[in-house]
Amino acid sequence: MRRAGLWIGVVLVAVVILAALVSLVWTPYDPLQIQPAQTLQPASWRHLLGTDGFGIDILSRLLVGARTTVYVGVVAVSLAALGGVPLGVLAGMRGGWVSEIVLRVSDILYAFPALLLAILLAAAVGASTGTAMVAIGIASIPAFARVARAATLIVMTQDYILAARASGTSRWIVSVRHVLPNIAAVLGVQASVSFGIAILAEAALSYLGLATPPPTPTWGRMLHDAQTYIFTSPIQALWPGLAIALSVLGLNLLGDGLRDHLDPRLREAA
Amino acid sequence: MSPLLEVTDLRIAFGRSRREVVHGASFSLEPGERLGLIGESGSGKTVTALAVMGLLAENAYVSGSIRLAGRELVGLRDSELAPLRGDLMSMVFQEPMTALDPTMPVGRQVAEVLLLHQNLGHGVARGRVLEVLAEVGLEDPERVADAYPHALSGGQRQRVVVAMALINRPDLVICDEPTTALDVTVQAKVLNLLDTELEAVGASCLFISHDLAVVSQLCERVLVMLDGDLVEQGTMAQVFNAPNHPYTRGLVATARLDAVAPGERLPTVEDFYERPGRR
Amino acid sequence: MSLYEVDHVSRRYGRVGTPGSVLAVDDVSLIVETGQRLGIVGESGSGKSTLVRMMTALDEPTSGGIRFEGDVVSHRAERDLGGLRSSVQLVFQDPRSSLNPRMRVGAIVTEPLRSRLLRVSGDVPTDHRARLAEVLESVDLPLEVADRFPHELSGGQRQRVAIARALAPKPQVLIADEPVSALDVSVRAQVLNLLTDLVAAHGLTLIMVSHDLTVVRHVCDSVIVMRHGRIEEQGASEQVYRDPQSDYTRELLAAIPTFRVT
Repeated sequence: MRRAGLWIGVVLVAVVILAALVSLVWTPYDPLQIQPAQTLQPASWRHLLGTDGFGIDILSRLLVGARTTVYVGVVAVSLAALGGVPLGVLAGMRGGWVSEIVLRVSDILYAFPALLLAILLAAAVGASTGTAMVAIGIASIPAFARVARAATLIVMTQDYILAARASGTSRWIVSVRHVLPNIAAVLGVQASVSFGIAILAEAALSYLGLATPPPTPTWGRMLHDAQTYIFTSPIQALWPGLAIALSVLGLNLLGDGLRDHLDPRLREAA
Repeated sequence: MSPLLEVTDLRIAFGRSRREVVHGASFSLEPGERLGLIGESGSGKTVTALAVMGLLAENAYVSGSIRLAGRELVGLRDSELAPLRGDLMSMVFQEPMTALDPTMPVGRQVAEVLLLHQNLGHGVARGRVLEVLAEVGLEDPERVADAYPHALSGGQRQRVVVAMALINRPDLVICDEPTTALDVTVQAKVLNLLDTELEAVGASCLFISHDLAVVSQLCERVLVMLDGDLVEQGTMAQVFNAPNHPYTRGLVATARLDAVAPGERLPTVEDFYERPGRR
Repeated sequence: MSLYEVDHVSRRYGRVGTPGSVLAVDDVSLIVETGQRLGIVGESGSGKSTLVRMMTALDEPTSGGIRFEGDVVSHRAERDLGGLRSSVQLVFQDPRSSLNPRMRVGAIVTEPLRSRLLRVSGDVPTDHRARLAEVLESVDLPLEVADRFPHELSGGQRQRVAIARALAPKPQVLIADEPVSALDVSVRAQVLNLLTDLVAAHGLTLIMVSHDLTVVRHVCDSVIVMRHGRIEEQGASEQVYRDPQSDYTRELLAAIPTFRVT
């Protein structure tokens, strides 16, 4: 019963990833082909979710949108982890002024919302999926750095770190062999949470036109397009909105479930 | 005189797989009696105590009978058990640091136990708290009552925990390795304290430990638990002179380190009882 | 030349005068000879563990110096400590925290053999698999244990793994910090017998920290009693046990619970 959350999360995330993968080889209709005769069709057997203001099948656009969502999420989280984890581990192992510097730098980064960074990058090199990923990734570094640092501090209190030092193991190897595997669980949870945040950020950015430029469909873009029809066909906004909400929900449930799943096991192991 | 605590065929299992950790334990405790429960880590002694208090986790399955002062405890809902805890039966835990809330002054925590079961004004409660803190040997009870747990030493914290356990003058006090985490001189003092306080309140005590020497300081009778089975029940004298089970012999031998001449090999439990599959 | 020379060593945490400043070790001097079996007895706050950490260069004294085999080991850079690290190995108190829960026993035990520092400075066995088998046998653990994780083992078994790890690089000195305190009483004898046998078999020097004088009396030939960072009493362990000179030692002895039949 307690595991229900975890499994729902897994299923939701799996559906999104599946949608993204499927869209690589097939979509019910061409997501880019404007069909003036078919605009704003309600849901039917031909168009399971109906068509949008351009006459394009909503389901097809949704599937392709999933691609961007997953792509941006994965790259942004990877960037954040690659940047944040080494900083956090370094701060946790060294303490003192090294830790202070890392914390202050991460505070500064924290102060920059992804939005601001995205605008800056878009102004500099033009908005694209790339600028969105980099902006979101950089904005997520502090979260990883803090979590990595906190988890590292706990690991450092354990005697096996002292034992490794007493065995002559160098600090660098201690961080890779002893610290990283023991903070991996916590980082995994953080990755789920950050992924969810990245999705929301991407949706917001593409709604504002600061991410993937049209005509490539993204969920945020679809929300933007649906705005025009908010009174005539409100259902246009429902589908991308639901997609975003369910993906983020799924990732949060996954993160929570992972954390709960790991906690008692860790206690049992102790 | 009927026993205060009567446990019959207690079985405890965990999880969906119903992994049984206690296989039908039966024992009884008279009013005012001190009974020791000895076993290694994982023998089932702590879960037995938790079962009596009704403090086992959600995934625990308890069957059999636990009667406290004639009242059946197995199957009771938490709402029916909660009023008994702290009042009729109380517990002293091993780790005073985790038994006390680090964010609350110690005096308030003791008062909480009092106020849960008795309708008293805060002034009267405070007076009673200071009284009981002095009784457990804490110097300057005013200062201690206003202090946070981390400001006190391990021995002081454990005295506070004892105070909380005894403040409502319970009939049964369950001690789960109460001195294992303490220094040896502090342990001696806390054991002394328990002895006098239990006597003063007239409470029975179920004392759980892996250390037979410690248990023998306080208890007249002892139970021995091995892998979920109660393999021995008897007085200290019986257990020493004529134990039933070879494992008990092993326990007695390892508890008497001082009886071994230096340079001689120390006796181990395995010398008396070889457990299958263990090395 | 003595094996260890601890010369007026003190360790202060925090700065003098600030609240929370603690003098964990207060002007301790001590000599350890090769082949000696020394017990360091004290309660929490006595400084015994801090002293031993400084002797293994896992902590630095705030004043005074420590020499091992004539070489200064206090305030040295890690790369110069190869001699110390290959000759002196530690067994920690808590078997739950001294073994990396994510590593298998085999990797844990052979970790000292993989240290570059040790390989460069000492006479460390190179065939890891053979050494692993050898050392597991000497602590009476079956070879299959090498593939298991620490949480699959009992407390006594985990502590034996810790001892095996300490023995792997063929040290001269074994420092055991409360090696049996975290174990059930019934399991302690096995580990203590093992330590005694291994020390005798390999001609090791033993420094054992404990809060229990009766345990020390069995395993060690000499003892120092520490309290509040200072040495209260020292001498041959049997002598101190039978005829303690300081009040504190007497108090310690009196407090040890003995099995009694009321």
